[in-house]
Amino acid sequence: MQVITETFYFPDHCISYLCTSKGTCIFRTNYRTSKMPNLEHPAYPAADLLHLESLVPCRESQVSMLLSIFGERQQFSFPCIFIYGHTASGKTYVMQTLLTTLQLPHVFVNCVECFTSRLLLEEILIQLQSCSSGTEQTSPVRCDTLNDFVRLFKQAVDSQEVQHQTLYIVLDRAEQLREMEANILPAFLRLQELTDRNVTVVLLSEIVWELFRPNMGCFEPFTMYFPDYSIGHLQKILSQNHPPEYSADFYAAYINILLGVFYMVCRDLKELRHLAALNFAKYCEPVVRGEANERDTRKLWKNIEPHLKKAMQTVYLREISSSQWERLQHDGGEAGQLKGLSAHTHVELPYYSKFLLIAAYLASYNPVRTDKRFFLKHHGKIKKTNFMKKHEKTSNHLLGPKPFPLDRLLAILYSIVDNRVAPTANIFSQITSLVTLQLLSVVGQNDQLDGPRYKCTVSLDFIRAIARTVNFDIIKYLYDFL
Amino acid sequence: MSTCSVSKGCFVFKPSTKKRRLSDKTGHDFRCPSNDSEDTQLRFVTCQSLWNQIKSETEQIQEDLNKQLLDNLVSFLSRSHSDFQEKTTEWTCRMKFREIPTAALVLGVNVTDHDLTFRGLSDVLQDNITPYVALLEAKDCPGIKNLMQKLMGQLMNCDIDVDSMDDEDCVQVSQNRIRCSMPSLISWYDSVTKKTDSETPSKKRNSSSRHWRSPPVVVIFKDMESFTTKVLQDFIVISSQHIHELPLVLIFGIATSPMIIHRLLPHSVSSLLCIELFQSLSCKEHLSTIIDKLLLTSRFPFKLGEKVLQVLINIFLYHDFSVQNFIKGFQLCIVEHFYSQPLSVLCCHLVDIKKRVYSLSHDQCENIRRLPSFRRYVEKQESGKQIELLTNDSFLKEETQKLLEDLHVYHENYVSILRCLHVFTSSLPKYPLGKQIRELHCACLENRVWETEEYESSLQLARMLNKTDLVTMLQQCVEILIASSGKEFDRAIEKLKEFLTQFQNLEAEASQERDVSVSPQKELQKKTDLYHLQKTLLELKESRRSKKLTKFEMLRFEVVDYIDSLVRRYLVPADNRTLHEIVYFNAAAVLRGHLNAAPRTALHTALNNPHWYLKNQALKCDGGGISNKAPDICIVYKLHLECGRLINLADWLEAFSTVVMAAEEPNADAASSDQVDDVIHARFIRAVSELELLGFIKPSKQKTDHVARLTWGGC
Repeated sequence: MQVITETFYFPDHCISYLCTSKGTCIFRTNYRTSKMPNLEHPAYPAADLLHLESLVPCRESQVSMLLSIFGERQQFSFPCIFIYGHTASGKTYVMQTLLTTLQLPHVFVNCVECFTSRLLLEEILIQLQSCSSGTEQTSPVRCDTLNDFVRLFKQAVDSQEVQHQTLYIVLDRAEQLREMEANILPAFLRLQELTDRNVTVVLLSEIVWELFRPNMGCFEPFTMYFPDYSIGHLQKILSQNHPPEYSADFYAAYINILLGVFYMVCRDLKELRHLAALNFAKYCEPVVRGEANERDTRKLWKNIEPHLKKAMQTVYLREISSSQWERLQHDGGEAGQLKGLSAHTHVELPYYSKFLLIAAYLASYNPVRTDKRFFLKHHGKIKKTNFMKKHEKTSNHLLGPKPFPLDRLLAILYSIVDNRVAPTANIFSQITSLVTLQLLSVVGQNDQLDGPRYKCTVSLDFIRAIARTVNFDIIKYLYDFL
Repeated sequence: MSTCSVSKGCFVFKPSTKKRRLSDKTGHDFRCPSNDSEDTQLRFVTCQSLWNQIKSETEQIQEDLNKQLLDNLVSFLSRSHSDFQEKTTEWTCRMKFREIPTAALVLGVNVTDHDLTFRGLSDVLQDNITPYVALLEAKDCPGIKNLMQKLMGQLMNCDIDVDSMDDEDCVQVSQNRIRCSMPSLISWYDSVTKKTDSETPSKKRNSSSRHWRSPPVVVIFKDMESFTTKVLQDFIVISSQHIHELPLVLIFGIATSPMIIHRLLPHSVSSLLCIELFQSLSCKEHLSTIIDKLLLTSRFPFKLGEKVLQVLINIFLYHDFSVQNFIKGFQLCIVEHFYSQPLSVLCCHLVDIKKRVYSLSHDQCENIRRLPSFRRYVEKQESGKQIELLTNDSFLKEETQKLLEDLHVYHENYVSILRCLHVFTSSLPKYPLGKQIRELHCACLENRVWETEEYESSLQLARMLNKTDLVTMLQQCVEILIASSGKEFDRAIEKLKEFLTQFQNLEAEASQERDVSVSPQKELQKKTDLYHLQKTLLELKESRRSKKLTKFEMLRFEVVDYIDSLVRRYLVPADNRTLHEIVYFNAAAVLRGHLNAAPRTALHTALNNPHWYLKNQALKCDGGGISNKAPDICIVYKLHLECGRLINLADWLEAFSTVVMAAEEPNADAASSDQVDDVIHARFIRAVSELELLGFIKPSKQKTDHVARLTWGGC
């Protein structure tokens, strides 16, 4: 992030002081153009504010709100601010831009990265040290508990030159805090009080505050919501970064088409930006070849639209990777040549493993009472209606697999395999192998001697494909399809 | 081991010496106490050298098979961070999201083979791409913390390998102190790459020059399926934050299908990856190659019998799909053969045979005379020779040498002709003799293949082959026979070549003939009279039936007959050859017992029929009766087999005491028989708890004084 270091000199006539009813001064600039900036704050230079405004399009209101909460550099702010909003709604970006542009002292930590509380606390202290001294860390800090943290934090803040300015601690992906020790989150919420220093903790999260609140009760933060970008916002933001070779209008038209295709499925700004970059080369193709003019929107649209639709089915779902997609584009090949990840569903299994899996599937989806009907030779004439209970009328496939004991699995196995199967160690180890392959799953982690119970986790299509390879008509044995 | 300590406790004993004296071991394992004259030492050495040959051969084969896959992976890896190297500032590169390059490596369900592949992969990577390769297993990584620890430990150790070994200690210490987080990993990476940059001359330079300026860090997840979702997600999210500083490449080892990626990772995480798919060779093809190179060759003197081969192949196809296990089984066959068959000393290469035969002891000669195949051979000889063979050792040795040489020649011929036959059978519709050469091999080993129905039907089908197929097949056969080492095939090659030229001549003739002969169909069209039409049709039919075969058909019959004659001559089953016991391993039952154990059946046998294992005459029971001489647990077990799902303990005890008391004193007084003896009671309780320990019963809460059965049926 580029920070403006030049100083601007404003002619006197451009600056006017207006007195408000509350008596505070609002600083207003007319800088070069007559455009009126939305952000205004007496404590920060107007140029910085203007620059900040250009960096955070469509988030001006949130920024000005934050600025007014922050107040001036020396002023104590709200002890804790909780910001939430959907993925890619600019929470992290806005915070980071705001703090760096205005050169506020801050610490920025991603909680996913610091997976233990010790790592988190130490990371904060390290960043604090380096931001105060500006040099490399002097000695590795060791901080195991929150008590130590408060002590070390006070020391670190006191040694800083900017000790009277508000220090901001931003905790990104704060939902991870809930999984740490119980005292971490409440302590961060009232860190100002605990340390008795000018500090504000900002929590960023994708989920609402209600899901954070510990049942012991805690200090309530100031919550703030970042709404999703609307299609207009997306258009504006995406068009901002146009490639240098092409005009802004040309790129904006491209973004318009892109959003038309993708807006229905994806509103993630990051993803859209990525997709825009991936497919732009294809969009430019007619222009590069000289077949179309830059303003020939219709022709360009005809060229790119099917391509984008294909991208939605493949590269967006990560069926094929973006580098493969680019190579395809480059070579002019068809996307059909490259099979996606989901195309490779076939799994080759040993002969008995196939039967074990089939037996497990039958055991999972057939009621126990019906085993007699399917696997006994002289079961008599039992029709489905006769032995159907009320609750069994719903399809078992809709209810999902049911657990079954090992004995039932083996009994079904012996009756569906044509030749005699010896209960060898290999058969038993195959069951365990199927569990590690996640085709079966163990229900309840009790003792193996106690008769383990399993569930079959494969889909009907999968098991039908397996059954076909061993000439076993599984549909005939499934209660749901009787 | 014992200690001088008085107190109870846990004591650590270090193994005395790591180095075992090999010289001590040799022979010891093979030596029978009774007779030393069976060349145990030599057998052991032969076995070792044979196995070493086979091992290096299999490793070579595997390397070749994996080459394609590894090459693809290496090119992917070298491509993956090329923009990281160049540090491009192009617009697209700036705008694009930096994804983590990921290779999804689909390896098949034979998990036991994966280790070898991964080892090969990491070797190749370390040689060509990067010294920084970490292999992670799910069982080591229950949480993200453990994963990072493992990862950093492996990466930092691999750094030591590159550097000199002397500063190992200080790194070891610092590793404990280092914080297990991404920033410290990055700072480590920076320091390491900077160091190799600034490094001056010497051989270190050479070793690192193979890698680039900033080599990628490769993290291999060996068993993707077993990793927990959270660990994977967290790791990917963390590393994607730092992809600009740390060129990371992930490799997912997948056993089932790549769909598992979508099952484990949500879209928000999988969108951080740039996944490319790589598929390894199917394990069935792998096995075919192994069989082709190890068994269907005359390079190794040791052979597998039909039953044994069938057992190994069945275990592969029915149970595990593991080529490694197949090779292990093969190794077991070798060891078992050399261990159990004293004459296996003669199972060696042709050059050594003469020397070994002449140094045989008298006992060994007697062993030869005892071989069934040799006895059959003797019976066929005239009486003078019979006596010589049975009494004169040196004559026997001469004869043995001759027979062994014959056997060797038989093998050479067998393999070549088998391949020729496979050329024919593998292209027939429905594959009556099997598609794979291993099936054909098994069929030929089992009995005379020309007597089977399948062979008959495949000959029928071969007689209907068209000319182009037939010619290409003949050409293939000629190539096989020329390549083979057998000396008897000069005539066969001549003959086949002759057939080929005849086919070529046919072509020329056929074009001439076509002009001359007036087709009857044309005549047919002229006639319109119904009577004449009928007459000509009948004639046509008649002529077709009795029509002389065309030259091509004649030739085709000749070819098939010739192949048939080759088969009859060379594909005689090995059982019919004299002295086949020396090179063929046939103890399928032993192998099955070792490789495909049935613990449940064994347990049942032990408890139901203790005589089987204890070999005590008193325990020999007749029919289904329960002997009171049997161990208590056997009695209890037998009684429990008669019960339902829940067993009443009181009844059980009653029955037990009846059985135990039955023989002891049939006329004991009524008063004492009413009350169960304390000793018997204790014996019963012990037996029941033993049964519980073995997992046959468990205490039940459904009914008081009852235990539940955990098994059903009598196995």
